[in-house]
Amino acid sequence: MINLRIDDTPVQAEPNSTILTAARAAGIRIPTLCHLDALRPVGACRLCLVEVRNWNGRLVPACATPVQEGLDVVANSDRLASLRRTILELLFAERNHICAFCVSNGHCELQDLATELGMDHVTFPYRFPALAVDASHAKFGIDHNRCVLCGRCVRACAEVEGAFTWGFAGRGVHTLVDADLGEPWGESETCTGCGKCVQACPTGALFEKGKATAEQVKRPALLADVTQRRPRA
Amino acid sequence: MPKIRLASVWLSGCSGCHMSFLDLDERLIELAGKAELVFSPIVDSKEYPADVDVVLVEGAVGNTEQRHLLEEIRAKTKILVAFGDCAVTGNVPSLRNPLLREEVLRTVYGEGDIPGLEEGDVPALLPQALPLHSVVKVDRFLPGCPPSADRIWRFVEGLLAGRRPELTGADLRFG
Ligand code: SF4
Ligand code: SF4
Ligand code: SF4
Ligand code: FES
Repeated sequence: MINLRIDDTPVQAEPNSTILTAARAAGIRIPTLCHLDALRPVGACRLCLVEVRNWNGRLVPACATPVQEGLDVVANSDRLASLRRTILELLFAERNHICAFCVSNGHCELQDLATELGMDHVTFPYRFPALAVDASHAKFGIDHNRCVLCGRCVRACAEVEGAFTWGFAGRGVHTLVDADLGEPWGESETCTGCGKCVQACPTGALFEKGKATAEQVKRPALLADVTQRRPRA
Repeated sequence: MPKIRLASVWLSGCSGCHMSFLDLDERLIELAGKAELVFSPIVDSKEYPADVDVVLVEGAVGNTEQRHLLEEIRAKTKILVAFGDCAVTGNVPSLRNPLLREEVLRTVYGEGDIPGLEEGDVPALLPQALPLHSVVKVDRFLPGCPPSADRIWRFVEGLLAGRRPELTGADLRFG
């Protein structure tokens, strides 16, 4: 076992586990967005940033940083709260989030994070980008206005379903997730229609057709469930 | 103790926040004992008065008249509250923001003389519907579409008690 400290609490963790896993086992809350159990950590959203005292206060993503003997981690501080709020505000400013008429209103991880981190308004100017909705798939739709580019759909489709339908296209603020290198989702030859991407998506970006405002409840834990039930060699 | 001089204003919003305010029901009587409503869509006064203590502003800033009124309100008010999601984020009125203003107006009114395109009898539509804090300094944010009467009351109670109310937890939720 590895011994470390998180928020001045001594914590033990398995070798090869992450700071996030160790913190959760010790009941210490670290906000996350792109992380999802069963999917490979990618450190994309940076909401889980923690500070490592004995690395000169360096900031690292808890979900993607392996534990090490003797680490002295700060998971909650005024500095981290302000950094996390800035990151969250940038996510809201980047696309068009209109919670009041979103399919995920009331069941959205991004909306919940705003509540948890005390974000009462966004201090950055909103970009208001003109983004499309792809409703070509028979069962599902994707509204890019609500996507936070966490990549949970990309990883769920590749790592759990094995279909590799989703990928990222474009760079920086112009990045979009797209199916089969830019085909309409409904014309994708690789998509099996399993819906794992939809269940993995933390926001209202991916949704089931027929769901009206506030009706889309997701089951992200499904990904870990099916992975665990899978027979292993 | 002198009564608090309270105002409420309706910009680019659906009036839902004001409806929710009226849902305070019997608490309105308690409020009336402590505050005087000096300007509001439900009060017959045309000019925004001087020396207002607190104003609840519903709606985004969508046209030149609203922008002018908001600047006047700011100059004459101690505590300016962004009241509801449209005021805090732009919300539903900001749906038009990715589109061109002219295109939006032409789609709605067709060809010919279009009200709101130029400054005239109808004030000109701004290129985008904006949250209040991108135009003036906002002192307090009260999110919700609309904020529930209970949330409004927790906020107003703090104001009446002379505190600077802080909404926390579930009261800080958009939508
Ligand atoms: S995805 Fe979440 S944060 Fe964005 S509009 Fe929908 S409910 Fe709001
Ligand atoms: S429905 Fe299944 S196969 Fe299709 S894109 Fe989503 S995860 Fe991949
Ligand atoms: S569609 Fe959903 S899961 Fe995929 S990147 Fe966007 S927010 Fe994340
Ligand atoms: S949850 Fe760790 S970077 Fe997104």
